[in-house]
Amino acid sequence: MSQVPFIEFTEEMRKDYTILVPSMLPIHFELMAAAFEKHGYHCVMLKNENANVVNQGVANVHNDTCYPALLVVGQFMDALQSGQYDPHKSALLLMQTGGGCRASNYVRLLRKALSESEFNDVPVISINFTGLESHSGFQLTPPFLLDILYAFLYGDFLMWIYNQARSHEVHQGDSKKALDYCMDYLLRLLNGKGFHHAKKRYREILTVFNQVELDGKERIKVGIVGEIYMKYAPLGNQHLEDTLVNEGVEPVVSGVLDFAQYCLYNMQIDQKLYGSKALGSIASKVLTHLLAKKQAEMEETIEKYSRFVKPTPFTEVIKSGEGVISKGVKMGEGWLLTSEICELMNQGIYNVVCAQPFGCLPNHIVAKGMMRKIKDKYPQSNIVAIDYDSSASPINQMNRIHLMLENAKMGHFMHEE
Amino acid sequence: MNVGLDIGSTTIKCVVINEAKEIVYQSYERHKSRVREMALEKLQELKDLLAGETIHLSITGSAGMGISQTAGFPFVQEVFAGAFAIRDRLNNVDIEIELGGEDAKIVYFQGAIEERMNSSCAGGTGAFIDQMATLLNVDIDTFDEMSLKAERLYPIASRCGVFAKTDVQPLINQGAKKEDIAASIYQAVVDQTISGLAQGRPLKGKIVFLGGPLTFLKGLRRRFVETLDLDEEHALFPEGGQYYVALGAAIHAGMQKESYTYDEVIRRLQLAMQTKEDIATLKPLFKDQAEYDEFIKRHQADDVAYNDLSTYEGKAYIGIDAGSTTTKIVVLDEDCRILYQHYQSNHGNPVEVIKQQLTHIYELAPQLKIGGSAVTGYGEDLIRSGFRVDDGLVETQAHYEAARYFNADVDFILDIGGQDMKCFKIKDHAIEDIILNEACSSGCGSFLETFAISLGVSIEDFAKKALFAKHPVELGSRCTVFMNSSVKQAQKNGATVEDISAGLAFSVVKNALYKVIRLKNKDEIGKEIVVQGGTFLNDAVLRAFELELGHEVIRPSIAGLMGAFGAALYTMKRHHETSSLLSYEEVKNLTHQAKPVMCQGCNNHCHLTLNIFPNGRRQIAGNRCDKPVSGKAKTVELPNLYTYKYDLLMSYPDITDRKVTIGIPVALNMFENLPFWYAFFDSLGYGILKSGKTSKKMYIKGQQHIPSDTVCYPAKIVHGHIAELVDRKVDYIFYPCMTYNFDEKISDNHFNCPVVAYYPELIDANMDVDHFLYPYISLNDQASFEKHIYTYLRQAGFKVSRKGIHEATNKGYAEYARYQEQVNLYAYKAMQFARANHKKMVVLAGRPYHVDPFIHHGISDLLESLGLVVLSEDSLAHFVGYEKRDVINQWTYHARMYNAARVVGQNPDMELIQLVSFGCGIDAITSDEVRAILQSYGRLYTQIKIDEISNLGAVRIRIRSLLAAMKEREENDESSTVY
Repeated sequence: MSQVPFIEFTEEMRKDYTILVPSMLPIHFELMAAAFEKHGYHCVMLKNENANVVNQGVANVHNDTCYPALLVVGQFMDALQSGQYDPHKSALLLMQTGGGCRASNYVRLLRKALSESEFNDVPVISINFTGLESHSGFQLTPPFLLDILYAFLYGDFLMWIYNQARSHEVHQGDSKKALDYCMDYLLRLLNGKGFHHAKKRYREILTVFNQVELDGKERIKVGIVGEIYMKYAPLGNQHLEDTLVNEGVEPVVSGVLDFAQYCLYNMQIDQKLYGSKALGSIASKVLTHLLAKKQAEMEETIEKYSRFVKPTPFTEVIKSGEGVISKGVKMGEGWLLTSEICELMNQGIYNVVCAQPFGCLPNHIVAKGMMRKIKDKYPQSNIVAIDYDSSASPINQMNRIHLMLENAKMGHFMHEE
Repeated sequence: MNVGLDIGSTTIKCVVINEAKEIVYQSYERHKSRVREMALEKLQELKDLLAGETIHLSITGSAGMGISQTAGFPFVQEVFAGAFAIRDRLNNVDIEIELGGEDAKIVYFQGAIEERMNSSCAGGTGAFIDQMATLLNVDIDTFDEMSLKAERLYPIASRCGVFAKTDVQPLINQGAKKEDIAASIYQAVVDQTISGLAQGRPLKGKIVFLGGPLTFLKGLRRRFVETLDLDEEHALFPEGGQYYVALGAAIHAGMQKESYTYDEVIRRLQLAMQTKEDIATLKPLFKDQAEYDEFIKRHQADDVAYNDLSTYEGKAYIGIDAGSTTTKIVVLDEDCRILYQHYQSNHGNPVEVIKQQLTHIYELAPQLKIGGSAVTGYGEDLIRSGFRVDDGLVETQAHYEAARYFNADVDFILDIGGQDMKCFKIKDHAIEDIILNEACSSGCGSFLETFAISLGVSIEDFAKKALFAKHPVELGSRCTVFMNSSVKQAQKNGATVEDISAGLAFSVVKNALYKVIRLKNKDEIGKEIVVQGGTFLNDAVLRAFELELGHEVIRPSIAGLMGAFGAALYTMKRHHETSSLLSYEEVKNLTHQAKPVMCQGCNNHCHLTLNIFPNGRRQIAGNRCDKPVSGKAKTVELPNLYTYKYDLLMSYPDITDRKVTIGIPVALNMFENLPFWYAFFDSLGYGILKSGKTSKKMYIKGQQHIPSDTVCYPAKIVHGHIAELVDRKVDYIFYPCMTYNFDEKISDNHFNCPVVAYYPELIDANMDVDHFLYPYISLNDQASFEKHIYTYLRQAGFKVSRKGIHEATNKGYAEYARYQEQVNLYAYKAMQFARANHKKMVVLAGRPYHVDPFIHHGISDLLESLGLVVLSEDSLAHFVGYEKRDVINQWTYHARMYNAARVVGQNPDMELIQLVSFGCGIDAITSDEVRAILQSYGRLYTQIKIDEISNLGAVRIRIRSLLAAMKEREENDESSTVY
């Protein structure tokens, strides 16, 4: 017996409703919101990060629910309460993965919270890998999907380049200006010619970033891995990338399309291990191939036309984890997280922050659980696991990040003699 | 001169060294959160030494980060600072263990250098020991001396301070010797260090121990040395170990290029002192004195009337509340006026307090006729037996009695006591819902008190300071440990004691409202609210509550005595003809002796405390079952699915006479899949060795291999089972990874939770097991299973045939079906028995592995001893079919709980108690859903959170609250029945 009603996003709503999306990946989601606009929806990425976000999360979801769920729900509730959006003309959109982790409950938790609040007629649209609900006013047509895919490709690209540029910029703020310029350019482009011809666009973006004067100095690199929300969302990880840049090191954050490929890849593994439906596996092969091709274009362009380091192809990332973790571990970030750490090590990036929600179930296995094996394989590894939580104090988190950083900076000193 | 300043969470350490690296000055002081002021004063004090010198200065320590930034001095992370000092002063150190105020650190020097700090959810530090000493009401030196005289150790949860407290408090109440408790607390710190910090890396070689606690506390040192089995050569406690981190900072300073003049140093520190960083603040509690006066006047309306004890001639009723940290007594006259009241910290000995008080009352009023007496609270059993008290009642009942007196229409009661928070929702004059705080949301009174003391202020003064604070700090609202670090953060940023006190008042309130009650909108908790409990005597907390809620509430003047007041009202209503309470002479001559004993009744070997009163009256505390009380096995045996299932699984005999033996750990999902694998491997011709019954010894054996200290307890236990199988030299250990469970057609998908599914992967990564077989396999589809297991076993070198696998698989499924049938049949009979004998049934809704007595801590036996028939979730799940849920219903084990809840909802003679393991993230989802299902049938939801904690005191209260509410509801139903 279900008590929470399903509110449909109707054709009517499409006209004057604003679809709100959380600020999980600021660059990607901003571009995605624009793709929504292009396809006839009003869409806004939320930017609220005040204390009420956390308070609302705490009040609306169970205490022990993972922090990302709490933040996402809290950010929506705060936005609806803010008066900035008409609650009777707003819809909420969540992207999620499904699977055996409790995180697959986000949409249900959000609906439950809404149904118990004054906003009980706000529709929630879920985009996920495991089955779409039907909303007569919301259709993911192939061209729309393609634009969303491009939003993510450009997002990954910009995030990757921006982190390198800003860690080395001579004039503070140059990289941010380049980023803003490129975002602006892409947004205009979308409404004109569209997102296509990515290779050309990459080159144009690189031309902009190539103008940023860099100091050419070697920086300590710090990889960020973790639970997907905590890894990317500044609201969740308290602007970890900015913090690291301010500490004078270069954050290395791999793209979110790796995660998408991981999810697709798992369908193939499921078929191999448990003999599940072949159809999903075939579809997954086609899609992973497409994504790999798109990523390869990105890598090539970076290598050819810029001073920047290119990201590792996903096929390499897959190999990195082999012998450390089985690919059967598919809940949460699963084997991808461990493989990402190993790949960073292979790149010579031994310093890693593993950002995770307090009490994250899959991370017991794939993060903390694999530390020993990783340390055995890469004795120089310098990994710090940071637990994020509604009231964990930033000072404790900073102190641990400092420990990792100092180990990175002075590790050599301790090894002398 | 090189100066190192180590500013930790509680202390400030300063070391000055000269060019030759000789220490010319060192100091160690508590800073009482005057971080910036103390830093400046320290340097001013050193004027004679430093003026005119070229100064290098580095700062370290968690509270030093902010000051180093604003003052612009180099900062060195404290773990590194410690390592610098060790490298400089000591030779060939392999491992450093440093315990500080709130952090614990470990550095491995040998091999791959590695530094670690405790995770955020981990106590076992100086502040924790301080808290425990406060709890025992001794200063830290006495605490330490006491620990050296210990005769035995009690098991105390070592996860964090809050958890430990839950274990320690009942020990105190049960009268365990303080000496033993002190040593046990140290042992908990040691265990925490081993499991939380070492995490599998062995603690071997030359170990140096640093930091304040390890420098000053001999007992703690002894526990470390004994536990790690170190000799003098391998356990180093260097002279001045508390200064090492500061010394390291001084050495670090010496490596810096930048230097300062003395005046420059002072100027920068002055600047830092004046700079206050932005911190989130809240509205003041009161605008001005006038607003405060009005507030006080309003609450005075809820004062109770008094009568004179010494001249009173009528019948008197005595109510006693033997709470967790305090004992309260109220004596009422026939008109409910108070003749006598008393509230005091019981200092670990409620018996002594009550003896004194009763003697005092008898002496004040020799003419007094006792009409009845009642006791409630943690110490209920002990006091009732010791003093022959007439009635005993559960706390919830006592509090409702009392609140009803002040407002007959009360619909919500919130009681915040020393370390418990209780909320009751009342509907139609019956308790509709009870919410108790969990260990992990325990921002209660004793936290405020401990905190006040750590700042060197009495709790009364601390509360007063809050009233007119201008900028109360926004602190977190999770558990004590997290609050401590939030406070630390605020201190770092220069918040005053006043602001912190007010901020903490808000935290306590927000914790109650948003974490415990989980208030979504302010109307849902009703309009007729009574707040009580000692913590609400703090005007700051009361005010914060009213502000946060937005309307006024009733706080009786006897807020701290409500339990005792309610108990007295209760016994008055019972109209006893005579009271059995001990007479004056008897009380005066009462001698009481507490003795620790170990129960020999069964394999659990529970630690019991035997309280011996004169005339040989004995009271046993710490028991889980009736065995030690009655001296024999259970007098009446009731059907108990938990016992039945466990015995059934344990009855599969080991097969040891075959060439190759496969070891199977009986843990997590193996608790249900064992019949399958047993029959499977038996059919294939392999010997089978099950891991034995879980025990503390077994747990400790595997403890050091646990990589994540926040994983659930049932998972942690797996390590012990594996270690045991390794010791028993089986040829293989078989423990498959199972993403999917059986599809029982009652859920949308059929996953296992991530921990159950992939724990074998973690075992492989963290334990050295030869021949560890952990295939990824699903039992859901027979054809696919056969294919995959065949390939896997062949690759692993087993000479199996397709045919053999097929037969074995058939046998496996058959055995699993047989096991399920047996369980279902037993459940059916249990229900028949219950109905024929008019017994209530309780469904303990957990997971298959919760039948392990080591995991459920004897809860099922406790229920049985209370006259209940215990059923399990799986035995009821098949009575109803699939139904759509509001949450994603995708885990097989959890789907069973939803179905069981529906069955309970439809059967008035059943109740449900959900067993939740600490750290089970899935249960954050399921507990809300199970509650919603039960509520849709108008039923009570009860949850018991289980972890390492083995004391059943708090569990008893929950269960008894449930029973009391059941009974009350039944009575109300009867009275409302017309025909």
